Amino acid sequence: MADEISFSPDDKYNAFLATCKRAPHGNGKLAGVAVAVKDNITTKGIETTCASKILKGYVPPYDAHVIGLLKAEGAAVVGKTNMDEFGMGTTTENSAFGPTLNPCDTRRVPGGSSGGSAAAVAAGMVRMALGSDTGGSIRCPASFCGIVGLKPSYGRVSRYGLIAYSNSLEQIGPLGKTVTDVSALMGVIAGHDRHDSTSLDKPYNHTPNADIKGLKIGIPQEYFGKGVDPNVADVVKKGIGRLEELGATTVPCSIPSMEYALAAYYVTCTCEASSNLARFDGVRYGPAPDTKKSWHDAYQEVRSAAFGTEVRRRIMLGTFALSSGYYGKYYAKAQVARENIKADFNRIFADVDVIAGPTMPTIAFRLKEKSDPLSMYLADILTVPANLAGIPAISVPCGKSEGMPVGLQIMGRMFEDERVVDVAYAYEQAVN
Amino acid sequence: MVTEKDVQHIAGLADVGIDDKELGTFTHQFNAILEYFDILDRVEGNGQATRDLYNILREDEIEPSLPQEDVLRNAPAQEDGFIKAPRVM
Repeated sequence: MADEISFSPDDKYNAFLATCKRAPHGNGKLAGVAVAVKDNITTKGIETTCASKILKGYVPPYDAHVIGLLKAEGAAVVGKTNMDEFGMGTTTENSAFGPTLNPCDTRRVPGGSSGGSAAAVAAGMVRMALGSDTGGSIRCPASFCGIVGLKPSYGRVSRYGLIAYSNSLEQIGPLGKTVTDVSALMGVIAGHDRHDSTSLDKPYNHTPNADIKGLKIGIPQEYFGKGVDPNVADVVKKGIGRLEELGATTVPCSIPSMEYALAAYYVTCTCEASSNLARFDGVRYGPAPDTKKSWHDAYQEVRSAAFGTEVRRRIMLGTFALSSGYYGKYYAKAQVARENIKADFNRIFADVDVIAGPTMPTIAFRLKEKSDPLSMYLADILTVPANLAGIPAISVPCGKSEGMPVGLQIMGRMFEDERVVDVAYAYEQAVN
Repeated sequence: MVTEKDVQHIAGLADVGIDDKELGTFTHQFNAILEYFDILDRVEGNGQATRDLYNILREDEIEPSLPQEDVLRNAPAQEDGFIKAPRVM
């Protein structure tokens, strides 16, 4: 008979959209460990909504590949966490089911879009959680809530069962209080899956190693320039100083293509979203369309009522950018910019082992502080380059500014997830 | 520069619906965002230099699929074991 754990947290931060009062678990590397799962990851028999009214009541008939892997190692899936609707946001305020609050200061947002996962870990409700990162959605909330979060190299973790928002950018990844927990969870979820055509056979079998003597760290000037809060920059510089004390050397560098990164990111993700979200029409799941009406009338009715404003905004932006006469100006140019960003990273990684800087340009925003969409988008400037290039990036807490956590971001060469984990581990061990 | 008429047209193409109250706000926001996107006009290069991706294909073998009952369970409108959809014509 399978064991089970009981799970009835006092969820005062609105971190969960669904919880399993009695969660079964088996044996293995994560035997009996409570793991929370972002609500865009498909869980058989547990309602999965992407924090959207358009999926309210949807109970998937299958598990995402990563959920199968968690169960095979004995983990207990204890609940589904709140998020920005379909992952579209930086604060978790775009959830159809109310915002998640930051456990460090409940007047502030936890970051997003995996805000529920980060808050659940930060508040101690679970030891670890899964999130997804399209443009920073694991690293941003990890930074804002003072925990660790890893965006794996593109292709290392299967996206089968991850409800798609922007396929070419997103990866499922681990969040935890410690680098050791994040590394352990990465070890369980990484590896090849034949159901994901972008999945690569690169399993992760690694124990964090704190020896970083001789490591060369690139410090891009763009990560400490305009738009970055000077207090946050100072905290991160001190953190990098600790890495130097441990035997690493730093080298100044520059990513000139970063000027285009945010525009390239938002063009790419909205274009992909406009295609991906076309499937939500209420026919196979979700709120029923009026079948007596014509196709377009019925779908417009369902989709205008059940999608939130930001989701509709991004679908429309993507539809516009892909429409006749504009494709060359937006999408094609964004892909060229994306290749230039990859080329810049390749050039820098020929000289340095990792790149370090702040995860986010500021500390967590106050609730409702970012009401204008463009100003919200601009907050993603330091996280989107890693998604555009596909490279691994981790956020590890490195001190505080105005009493709120600040994240140190370490980016690495493609498939060198182990190395960014080691650098984060070295920092964590040195300060704790 | 996009007009309210353009935004209405896009909303129709995307089947997201839009009402008159929202039209002004969306149009204003789109223009601010698209103005920001104009930075891409200055991007140089052909974007081919570092392209190192390749397709991974597998054999097209028939595998068991989900039982009909499981697939229909989430569909809000059904008839005789089929999913009911709005009229196409």
